Amino acid sequence: MARYVLRVNGQDREVDAEPGDSLLSVLRYDFGLTGSRFGCGEGQCGACSVLLDGAAARSCVTRVGSVGAKSITTIEGLAGAAGSKDKASADKASLHPVQQAFLETEAFQCGYCTSGMIIATVGLLKTNPNPSEQDIARLMERSVCRCGTYPRIVKAVRLAAERMRMNNIVAGRTR
Amino acid sequence: MSDPSSPSHPSLPALEVERYEFSEPRRYVFELERREFMRLFGAGIVVAVAAADALAQESGRQRPQGRGDTPDLAAWIHIDENGHAFVNTGKVEIGQNIRTSLSQTVADELRLPMTLVTLVMADTDKTPFDQGTFGSMTTPRMAPQLAKAAATAREMLIDLAANRWQTDRATLTARDGKVVTRDGRTLSYADLTKGQALTGTIASPPVDLPSDWHVRGTAPPKVDGRDFVTGRHQYTPDITRPGLVYGRLVRPDSYGASLVSVDDARAKAMPGVTVVRDGDFLAVVAPTERAAVRAAGVVQARWTAPSSQPSSATVFEYFKKNPDRAGQTPAIESIQIPAGARTFDASYRIPYIAHVPLEPRAAVAEWEGDKLTVWTGTQRPFRVRTELDEAFHVPEERVRVIVPDMGSGYGGKHTGDAAIEAARLAKAVGKPVKLVWTRAEEFTWAYFRPAGVIDIKSAVDTNGHIVAWAFDNWNSGGAGLQTPYDIPSKSQVFHATKSPLRQGSYRALAATANNYAREMHMDEMARALGVDAVEFRNRHLKDDRLRAVLAAVAGKIGWPKPSAAGRALGIACGTEKAGYVATAAEVSRPSTGSGFKLERIVIGFECGAIVNPDGLKNQVEGSVVQALGGALFEAIDFADGRIRNGTMEEYRVPRFQDVPIIETVLIDRKDIPSAGAGESSMICVAPAIGSAVRAFGKVETALPVRLISA
Repeated sequence: MARYVLRVNGQDREVDAEPGDSLLSVLRYDFGLTGSRFGCGEGQCGACSVLLDGAAARSCVTRVGSVGAKSITTIEGLAGAAGSKDKASADKASLHPVQQAFLETEAFQCGYCTSGMIIATVGLLKTNPNPSEQDIARLMERSVCRCGTYPRIVKAVRLAAERMRMNNIVAGRTR
Repeated sequence: MSDPSSPSHPSLPALEVERYEFSEPRRYVFELERREFMRLFGAGIVVAVAAADALAQESGRQRPQGRGDTPDLAAWIHIDENGHAFVNTGKVEIGQNIRTSLSQTVADELRLPMTLVTLVMADTDKTPFDQGTFGSMTTPRMAPQLAKAAATAREMLIDLAANRWQTDRATLTARDGKVVTRDGRTLSYADLTKGQALTGTIASPPVDLPSDWHVRGTAPPKVDGRDFVTGRHQYTPDITRPGLVYGRLVRPDSYGASLVSVDDARAKAMPGVTVVRDGDFLAVVAPTERAAVRAAGVVQARWTAPSSQPSSATVFEYFKKNPDRAGQTPAIESIQIPAGARTFDASYRIPYIAHVPLEPRAAVAEWEGDKLTVWTGTQRPFRVRTELDEAFHVPEERVRVIVPDMGSGYGGKHTGDAAIEAARLAKAVGKPVKLVWTRAEEFTWAYFRPAGVIDIKSAVDTNGHIVAWAFDNWNSGGAGLQTPYDIPSKSQVFHATKSPLRQGSYRALAATANNYAREMHMDEMARALGVDAVEFRNRHLKDDRLRAVLAAVAGKIGWPKPSAAGRALGIACGTEKAGYVATAAEVSRPSTGSGFKLERIVIGFECGAIVNPDGLKNQVEGSVVQALGGALFEAIDFADGRIRNGTMEEYRVPRFQDVPIIETVLIDRKDIPSAGAGESSMICVAPAIGSAVRAFGKVETALPVRLISA
């Protein structure tokens, strides 16, 4: 057992764990960040996805001992107050553009895959800000929506991409 | 005209759980119950299921009957001091969007904004009895029940206002959370009730016809959508309790195995770890989830299993040799084939497939004295309450089952396995216990959609009309057994058989298997006769609703001409659970390799008056995608009591790149009562694809669809 300090959603958090313990178990059971879901434990479904230094990773097969100083972002940390446990303040906060796009296109049914899909999308758009539908299907292939809302998720990703590009253009002009 | 919102839906049969839904018996009989059995019946070999059934009968416990439509208004709706309506229903939200669609129904009838309607769902202490969320029954049965309750409440509020104002109630109307006079005076619902319960009996109040709907028939967003995109929603695995500890099962190494011996010394030496053994039930409890995983990993258990169990290759023969009840005359012996008719024989094989809900089975169980509370993901909370009562001899009044909105089930969560396991562990350690199944446990220890064999013999006369139809189904199930085609001599028999694997309900259950076999056979006859597949069906179809969806789909896909050279079309239609569906598929041949590629699906669906068009479209698209799995690649591979492809890696479910272009045609029939829509739309996907692929060569008479020779 060793003590680890993990940078989670902008805060340093301490945990005692074995190096081989899954990051997902630490997030869910030690830090109470249950928005990252357990789906398969094999790294095959993507429900547990988190961002490690901005890149999507499957936390169920990520060992705590391998995280080091990488910054971890979970669904709760994606848009600051929107992930707060306090419902009143969370409901007033604005969402990350990807969350907003999923909400508007209602790109979910049971919602169990949604956290992971949103995280995967944020990671995808970082490296590929203007993906085609084929790009999205190829790059999201390892994330499973068992309810089959894939066509809507593709729409949500495109909508988010478009808005984020617009935001970047506006930000570029005002810089 | 009959009231279309009435629960006495003319086209629905009486609710028959056995016909639509298979239910597996409880898996465990614990020591407590075994002792009780011995006391009552003496020693002997105790078959677990028999013991459970016998005990239930012996103790005189009655299954709750008819509590689902209690006429007591207060059981269904409460309006609080802020004018906010809280509505109770035993139904479970599993992603089919009923938290929203039922809120629409109540908002509409109660004349309240949707933001002032909150559903309390699937909590056995708070909601009226409900048989379960299956069979697409929520929209045709629960929605009319809530509509009547809401309309009753609305009429009572008008009565209260008339009384308050001492005026004729006929001059008053309810709208937007208020009762309003003709000259514009208002009293809000909050003012009228002051939070006091509206007491009385649900009568037969005037309920809106679909043509008068305001909130139903529109597409409001999911009421709690924000909770899902922020990760805030708590599924069962996310529930915590003070003092919570964590359980983990040590599972047998194959089906039917008995526990021979256990070496648990290493596990017991771990801090805070308890090992629980009760018959063949073996598990650990530990202070943390990770400690539970580690402790379970060091328990050494030896099991002994029966030899020569059927495999996925031999199971089809096994079904025919192992009837579950004798005396069923095969359909093939009951039809008359006229002399000179041309006959067609085929035998279709359907494999077991798995539900693979992303949220695994899970439960949090807590005993307070002799009261048991369990949070668990199940489609049948009241049945799970009964299972807990039987397993632990706790009267149902002291068992509470709560189902947080679920990471879905697809028919796979009708039982209370995880609830019983967690409760057994919580009883052993005297603390609340959380148990979350692993994916491997899900694949092996849940249950499957039944495999089956379907034999068809048909005969066609010289005019190209089907004159005889024999359809024998072994084990798949009875849903969708009856042909919608008009045939003078027909017999259709479901033969219940023994099943080597635990099996149960699945979205649309056997309707997928039966429609696959039937529609592939229709296609085969049409091809052999050289008759267009749509024309051949229409020749035998009297039902205008089915003809309408078939025509809509044929038109949309451009039947019979594919959109590009080298491609092919297939089509199928059927009716199930009062929904009417037709599906067409367009396939191509890949430029390299063999096989085929699915390019496009057009689906037409009609389920009466549409309650939420966007929610319906989402359900229909989703069921097409889910059906692609069974049509194209899903099949459980098993032998010697073990699952051989029980991981997400090996058991492929549909993923992004499997999805073709999907076009939906939804037909809104405001003149017909709404039917459920979560299941029926999947039943024609496989035969549409299978018949399309026949353009490229011979297709195996089995699922998944395989092109076997080009």
